[in-house]
Amino acid sequence: MSFPWAAHYAPKNPFMRWMDEKLPLPRLVYNAVGAGYPVPRNLNYFWNFGVLAGAALGIQIITGVILAMHYAANGLVAFDSVEHIMRDVNSGWLIRYAHANGASFFFIVVYMHIFRGLYYGSYKAPREMVWLLGVVIFLLMMATAFMGYVLPWGQMSFWGAQVITGFFSAIPVVGEPIRMWLLGGFAPDNDALNRFFSLHYLLPFVIAAVIVLHIWALHLPGSNNPTGVAVQGPEDTVPFHPYYTAKDGFGLGVFLICFSLMVFFAPNALGHPDNYIPANPLSTPAHIVPEWYFLPFYAILKSFTANFLGVPAKLWGVMAMFGAILLLFFLPWIDRSPIRSGNYRPIYKKLFWVLVVDVLLLGYLGQAEVTPTVVLLSQLCAGYYFAHFLIVIPIIAKFETPLPLPNSISESVLHGEAAEAAPYGTAATA
Amino acid sequence: MLRFFAPLIAPLVGALFVCSLLWAIVMSPHAPAAHLASEEFHLAPKAIHYSFEGPLGRYDNEQLQRGFQVYKEVCSACHSMRLVAFRDLEEIGFTKPEVKALAKGWATETPSLNPDTGEAATRKSLPSDFFPGPYPNEIAARAGNNNALPPDMSLLAKAREGGPAYIASLVTGYADVPADLKKQFPDFNVPPGLHYNPYFANLNIAMPPPLVSDGQVTYADGTKATRLQMATDVSAFLMWAAEPKLENRKRTGIAVVGYLIIATLLAFAAYRNIWHGRKH
Repeated sequence: MSFPWAAHYAPKNPFMRWMDEKLPLPRLVYNAVGAGYPVPRNLNYFWNFGVLAGAALGIQIITGVILAMHYAANGLVAFDSVEHIMRDVNSGWLIRYAHANGASFFFIVVYMHIFRGLYYGSYKAPREMVWLLGVVIFLLMMATAFMGYVLPWGQMSFWGAQVITGFFSAIPVVGEPIRMWLLGGFAPDNDALNRFFSLHYLLPFVIAAVIVLHIWALHLPGSNNPTGVAVQGPEDTVPFHPYYTAKDGFGLGVFLICFSLMVFFAPNALGHPDNYIPANPLSTPAHIVPEWYFLPFYAILKSFTANFLGVPAKLWGVMAMFGAILLLFFLPWIDRSPIRSGNYRPIYKKLFWVLVVDVLLLGYLGQAEVTPTVVLLSQLCAGYYFAHFLIVIPIIAKFETPLPLPNSISESVLHGEAAEAAPYGTAATA
Repeated sequence: MLRFFAPLIAPLVGALFVCSLLWAIVMSPHAPAAHLASEEFHLAPKAIHYSFEGPLGRYDNEQLQRGFQVYKEVCSACHSMRLVAFRDLEEIGFTKPEVKALAKGWATETPSLNPDTGEAATRKSLPSDFFPGPYPNEIAARAGNNNALPPDMSLLAKAREGGPAYIASLVTGYADVPADLKKQFPDFNVPPGLHYNPYFANLNIAMPPPLVSDGQVTYADGTKATRLQMATDVSAFLMWAAEPKLENRKRTGIAVVGYLIIATLLAFAAYRNIWHGRKH
């Protein structure tokens, strides 16, 4: 699909020739993630996270389908059906803990994937569509994860649903009717639980479909790389298989080790104890907090504490929280610096790390008890978040002096070792 | 269009959000928040160590049986445990006949129907029954407890920050209101029917002290039943009730992680082998 020197699929036996004629699925796989997809030879470990996100989705779908066989989406029995899975279903505890922690790990690898894209400028032309589809996937993931957290019907499930659907009531005039329409009632109840379950089962397959588009859009220009310099010839690339399948295999192993350590030895560390108390509409938990992966956005929501320009504080908070994600859609056009990789952008590079610290701090502040210091810090951090993307990036794009770029990927990798620069396949035998 | 306008409009939108936040900072009240007694005098759980901690941790069946005895003789007077069945007790070392006897002799009976008239009735419990609770419903439970609801204990050890150590600290943590507290917070008082307990979030708990004296239960295995011993045993039992598959989970985990480490080392070797001689 991408480069003229990409290897061509040649069926090796009569059956595969027949298959290629009738349904060229092996050819598709070969071109997408096989030897037919040339990839820059200099990708570092941060490029493992795309494949890992795919693996995390796979784990979620497999464990989720099995959980759905034993779970009952009814407010009267949902909580007990989860405990039935934990106590009576064979290895049910494993499936459920894998699913609950799998959501966290999906977000961990996707956040790494997003920040890799931010640092190396993977959102810039010609990969804008890859980035846009990625933001769509991120939004779908957030919706899916939120609805999944409601299903065990514990205290945090119920009150989280109450708070998050409450965002819609911030919309003037039509807000409250919209909220009731979404919930199917005045407060979360059986109708909300049922539709959340239905959508929670549907959306992962929508995510899978958007991932197909995400990869398709990626394969037209090909993968970005740590230098950000475009691929110029065969000496810059290696075939995806076996080179990156092998590297991803190793990355997947490390991922599964970390994942297993959580599932088997600290399965409740990322959850909230209150969710082991059955949902009770008459008893509000002392501190309602969302899952950890929403905390930076939750901190942004809470940091808008004053009415401004006639707009109520709550509406500012909701607009800011959604705006914090939606602004990512415009990033390819906000950042007009032609240099992709942060390695060659001295100012951007520093500010990137400021952003990382800022978001981590927002995450911490999102779960901290509300004190005047916490509020002030969240306001400063939220302010930096918006300033970073909307003010600082357009300005430094204009005024920053980039470092000299290498002429090509192979030059940056090889430092003049000619034999190494030979196209794939000739050097190995030389 | 977007390419031209985005870098111009973005700073305006950004400035709007930043100004809104600056305004919020200006408008925020500068008076320090009121100081609460519960912030000053609340205590973190005691450092109690259990056999089931750590990656190789296992339940101590003798401790769980002692803990069950405390639950049965003390806690179950008010607290239900609706997710645990009598048959589950075989997992902590009770024999089948013992379980059958325990079910039959339980203080309350299992709700059932009179087979002749269809009227609500009760019957002796069987090993397959879940522990019958002390009260028929929430109204009865509240009526018997000064309008407070004793929580179900099936998941309690996982449903409280601090877990079993918190529970053990709480049940042994009752005390008189410290003189310091009275001095610093003259308005603080323990409402009638509540009890001062520094391990409880707001310091005043409805539950009366459950373990009042050493030797409140007589352990069959001769262990001295101090208050802390009883509290530790019953909290260990509650952890088992909340997480009965803990041993299975940790044992499986050791095997899985061991397997994955070997597989990952092989994957790393394969990766290095394939990339051998190619700079990247």
